[in-house]
Amino acid sequence: MDYIPNTDADRKEMLKAVGVKSVNDLFLDVPEKLRFPKLDLPPALTEMEMVQELQALGDENDDLNHIACFLGAGAYNHFVPKVVDSIISRGEFYTAYTPYQPEISQGTLQAHFEYQSMIAALTGMEVSNVSHYDGATAVAEAVIMALQVGRGKRLKVVLSPTLNPQYREVVHTYTQGMGITTVGEDAPLCDLDALADLADKDAACVIVQNPDFLGRLYTRNEMQALADKVHAAGALFVVSVDPISLGLFAPPGHYGADVACGEGQPMGNALSFGGPYVGFYAMKLDDVRKSAGRIVGETVDVDGKRGYVLTLSTREQHIRRDKASSNICSNQALNALAAAVYMAAMGKHGLRKAAELSYHKAHYAAALIDKLEGYAVKGNGLFFKEFVVQCPQPVAEINQRLLDEWGILGGYDLGRDYPELADHMLICVTEMNGRAEIEALAEALAGMSASDTGDLEGQDESDDMEEVA
Amino acid sequence: MAYKFDAKARYARSHEWVRVEGDVAVVGVYDYAQHLLSDIVYVELPEVGDTLTKGESMGTVESVKAAEDAYAPVSGEVVEVNTELEDNPEWVNEDPYGKAWLVKVTLSDESELDDLMDATVYETYVQEEEEKGGH
Repeated sequence: MDYIPNTDADRKEMLKAVGVKSVNDLFLDVPEKLRFPKLDLPPALTEMEMVQELQALGDENDDLNHIACFLGAGAYNHFVPKVVDSIISRGEFYTAYTPYQPEISQGTLQAHFEYQSMIAALTGMEVSNVSHYDGATAVAEAVIMALQVGRGKRLKVVLSPTLNPQYREVVHTYTQGMGITTVGEDAPLCDLDALADLADKDAACVIVQNPDFLGRLYTRNEMQALADKVHAAGALFVVSVDPISLGLFAPPGHYGADVACGEGQPMGNALSFGGPYVGFYAMKLDDVRKSAGRIVGETVDVDGKRGYVLTLSTREQHIRRDKASSNICSNQALNALAAAVYMAAMGKHGLRKAAELSYHKAHYAAALIDKLEGYAVKGNGLFFKEFVVQCPQPVAEINQRLLDEWGILGGYDLGRDYPELADHMLICVTEMNGRAEIEALAEALAGMSASDTGDLEGQDESDDMEEVA
Repeated sequence: MAYKFDAKARYARSHEWVRVEGDVAVVGVYDYAQHLLSDIVYVELPEVGDTLTKGESMGTVESVKAAEDAYAPVSGEVVEVNTELEDNPEWVNEDPYGKAWLVKVTLSDESELDDLMDATVYETYVQEEEEKGGH
């Protein structure tokens, strides 16, 4: 099939209108020796041959339909209901562009207004924007907003050392040249008091993650206590949160957060080898004018009928220009829509169920692994779906054997980001991990203890597993 | 186009006005500025205690189509800020010399007032600006 609609007659007419005899004549300004360089490409394939070749290449990859996944650390293997794809692949949504013209964009505007409403409800905050690129960008935008709220007089940013290392790196990148200092990354891990001590009159914000990068879950009281100290110092309290965890635990809006943000990928977005993902960002109404990101508002048209429109547009770069606080006023429309479809399809009860399954399966896995010789689960016992395991061998070696011999994708090597956590693996378990997979992981790890004898500890956890599907 | 002018005020070329009332100077933006911007949706003001320097930005006036700096026509310390403008930005369009004053300052250098235009001179200036086709 020819995908170019112009016929020879069309081309002749266009050439005539331009005043040129042939298509080649349009390239006469290009020096002759550069005009048609030899590219040494193989001959063109037919569509059928091309599909077969790409299929063969693709088949060389492992995928999560064929290997068990225990890797998390910021991107998660949660179930994506089929309804997400059927909605987002509709042409009206799939090809929609930025809704600057509300009169022809009510579909995408309404869908995004509903996304905003659900994110605000989920996080317990007053208002949400229509999304940022990813969780890292959302945190960086929170920093910039905090600097604006501080009127440029507070130039210190407190970052928890257990905020995702990549998010912290993005904050550094974004704030280059702004004359601000970041502190807190060398504070003792999981010590909220240490962070509170760093919040003084120069701090614009304090940023933590809950559950944090090491999987640790902080109680509502712990978070509220930190929020109170941060507010006493006049700074903003920013919490980066796992949206699935909000199916079970108190949201940041209930413990004093000024900004609740994070990675929306777990809701309706496949892992896709790293992206595109979607950062959600929810804040207080009072701070809206200092925030970045598109916002959809509800209004009425000239006939009094409800309609939706991009609002508070004077924050955007094309209007504020050099006075804009951020140069991002884009969003991840399709991924945000996928998250919205996920939230609508799962509802409060579905999200709770996904969170419960992840929680119970992770705790079952931790109990099994903690019993293994040479392995120890670290932390204070409060976690959601990820936990830290001290291993008897380097994590990279364990993971290679897990993949080669067992078809298991092992957890994250924490030594990469925390030198004091070399040989520690961050294991993630979600509703997608079956009981057999979890037990296979424990069996595989048992075979890689320090003595490497392959003896399996007797395990009978059947009583604990009543709730696990 | 007939603009309102306050005979008691003095004006800066960047279209802010100053009116001395006793110890303080009251500062705002003039009718011509709000006309150019059209519907004002938000005004960002400095804080009480801030120091203003003549010619430097003291805040922003935002409309649906532009966000413009408001420049301090005089130097001094901000003693009062019109916080009611936050909920009523449209006052800048309706009553730019009365309800929509932005800040009150104690002047640090009274001679700066001499650099500003009085109402008559300013009226001519605005006419010239208009003929040129706006700001």
